[in-house]
Amino acid sequence: MLEIKNLQVKLEEEDKQIIKGLDLTVETGKVHAIMGPNGSGKSTLSYVLSGKDGYEVTGGEALLDGEDILDMEPEERAAAGLFLAFQYPVEIPGVGNMTFLRTAVNAQRKARGEEEMSSTEFLKVVRERAKTLKIDADMLKRPVNVGFSGGEKKRNEILQMAMLEPKMCILDETDSGLDVDAMKLVAEGVNALRAEGRSFLVITHYQRLLDHIKPDVVHILANGRIVKTGGPELALEVEKNGYADILAEVA
Amino acid sequence: MALPQTKLDATDARLSALSLPAGPAWLVEARETALARVQAMGLPSRRDEYWKYTRPDTLVQADPVPAALFDGGEAPVFDGIDALQIVFVDGVFDADASDDLTGEGLEITRLADAPDIHWAKDLYGQLETNGQKPVERPLAALNSAFATDGVLIRVTAPVSRPVNLSYVHRNETSDAILHHVVKLEEGAALTLLENGPAAARFNKVMEVEVADNASFNHVRAQGRDHERRAATHIFTRLGTESAFKSFTLTANGVMTRNECVIELTGDDAIAHVAGACMGDGKDFHHDDTVFITHDALRCESRQVFKKVLRNGATGVFQGKILVKEGAQKTDGYQISQSMLLDDDSQFLAKPELEIYADDVACSHGSTTGAIDETALFYLKSRGVPTDQATDLLVLAFLAEAVEEIEAEELRDEITARLQGWLERRRA
Repeated sequence: MLEIKNLQVKLEEEDKQIIKGLDLTVETGKVHAIMGPNGSGKSTLSYVLSGKDGYEVTGGEALLDGEDILDMEPEERAAAGLFLAFQYPVEIPGVGNMTFLRTAVNAQRKARGEEEMSSTEFLKVVRERAKTLKIDADMLKRPVNVGFSGGEKKRNEILQMAMLEPKMCILDETDSGLDVDAMKLVAEGVNALRAEGRSFLVITHYQRLLDHIKPDVVHILANGRIVKTGGPELALEVEKNGYADILAEVA
Repeated sequence: MALPQTKLDATDARLSALSLPAGPAWLVEARETALARVQAMGLPSRRDEYWKYTRPDTLVQADPVPAALFDGGEAPVFDGIDALQIVFVDGVFDADASDDLTGEGLEITRLADAPDIHWAKDLYGQLETNGQKPVERPLAALNSAFATDGVLIRVTAPVSRPVNLSYVHRNETSDAILHHVVKLEEGAALTLLENGPAAARFNKVMEVEVADNASFNHVRAQGRDHERRAATHIFTRLGTESAFKSFTLTANGVMTRNECVIELTGDDAIAHVAGACMGDGKDFHHDDTVFITHDALRCESRQVFKKVLRNGATGVFQGKILVKEGAQKTDGYQISQSMLLDDDSQFLAKPELEIYADDVACSHGSTTGAIDETALFYLKSRGVPTDQATDLLVLAFLAEAVEEIEAEELRDEITARLQGWLERRRA
């Protein structure tokens, strides 16, 4: 599904290398987790993959189903099936959540040459999917993320994911700022979307999200590289001993 | 003080191209006094402080710059709204295209047909004269002197069906001067709509007297002919517990100067004036000039102006709140904002407060900025292409001004137009 080969990224503004030759393959239908200490390049990786400005790819490639996405516009990557759940979802005053969702769904359909969703059909689907995420009618009507609590924002991200039905989902510290109940709700939303043809890359600091979203593979990212890869037990090891032991071991 | 020779010459050149229309004695008198005012003031020139940001040349010169007709292939704004239609073609009333000028609670007379005895004689040119202080508005006085047509509307009760003034532009060199007078008697209410480009050059004055407990709603969509020019003035005086609400949508038109002069003279009156403007191209120039005088207790005024400018367009806002001595508990609010979609566009703002009462709450703010890149990326990351995402953010930015329109039906109509125009622009 997603193949990252020897990826190298630096900040555009300053001459600072963040990702230093990263290799990662996420197979179709699998859940991979990336853990790593602060400043290891986790968020940079998610932004580079989704096409945010301000980063310069100095080497390597990132293939989504064999196609290099790094030269694509963010909206083309989205239409190709990539989705990033933001660590800090953006507030957009004046744009209704529902308008936003429908515009996004139909823009992607159009880009893929599919028929647009009628408003009745859209309404039906969005209500149904919102309900399972405990997103009420009021949240759908309000401007995108404006006045939403931390938990509401993250649930709104998952609702977007549910509506857009991407094949490759990247979750950037989706657990940050969430209490246990909110985290469970978000995790349930994600688990409901797990499917044979859909892969996940879950980026997190802590193991606790992985209690709820069970990964198939866990990677440790440090200093811009994947330094260790293992099964779910690797996350438990981090939880128990911190990163220091692992980093010392691979150094 | 003697006027500078260049100003005298320019004024003479313009005046010699015009002649005072005939009419009943009261109107002839009002026109003659107005003419005397114009001659004393002289027409605006670039040196005038009040015209610092907007070149008045093309609004003042003897002949209008021709303006090509624009066919957007769309129904006129407000066509879907049930309203009493009053149509002007290049500044001339069109009886065939208009409805009967009658309606419950309404008394409507065409200015060109004004009789010897008429209620408007106490208002025509009067509110305009009041509005000449402390800042002169010579183009409005010129209008009072030379307006050839317009409507005089007296409202005696709450009227639910709006009156829609449609200004059709058919002649590429037309130069229209229209003057309307609206008088809302105590407790009366009216929604007045205006739409269309009117002419190659349009000079329009509307004087609105709002008596105690009366309410006036005004929603206007200025025509989209790219080359049209317009100088418009609204003069209004508000009685006790009355309300005045005005919204203007402007897209296209190379030159627009909209002045709104509001006098709150009765206690507890409310005046809201708002505008949404989309300007495109380096010859686009739009100027909103507002002057609100608080001269009574506990009045509320609100100005909300939003402009989206691209490809070198220019937007201007001059807004003033004057709180007179004794106008305690005044609540004044003013916001003017622009979104510049490129480095070539510019927004010039001059917000002013002048306060002579000591127990008031007045605030004003003015901002100008680029589109929010973070929001843009968020939308794009969800698959929305750049231009469509930009339009969504443009609409969201203008929404605060559009929301000032109270009637949902009208608000939706304006929003739908904006959306349609943005979509067609993309296509």
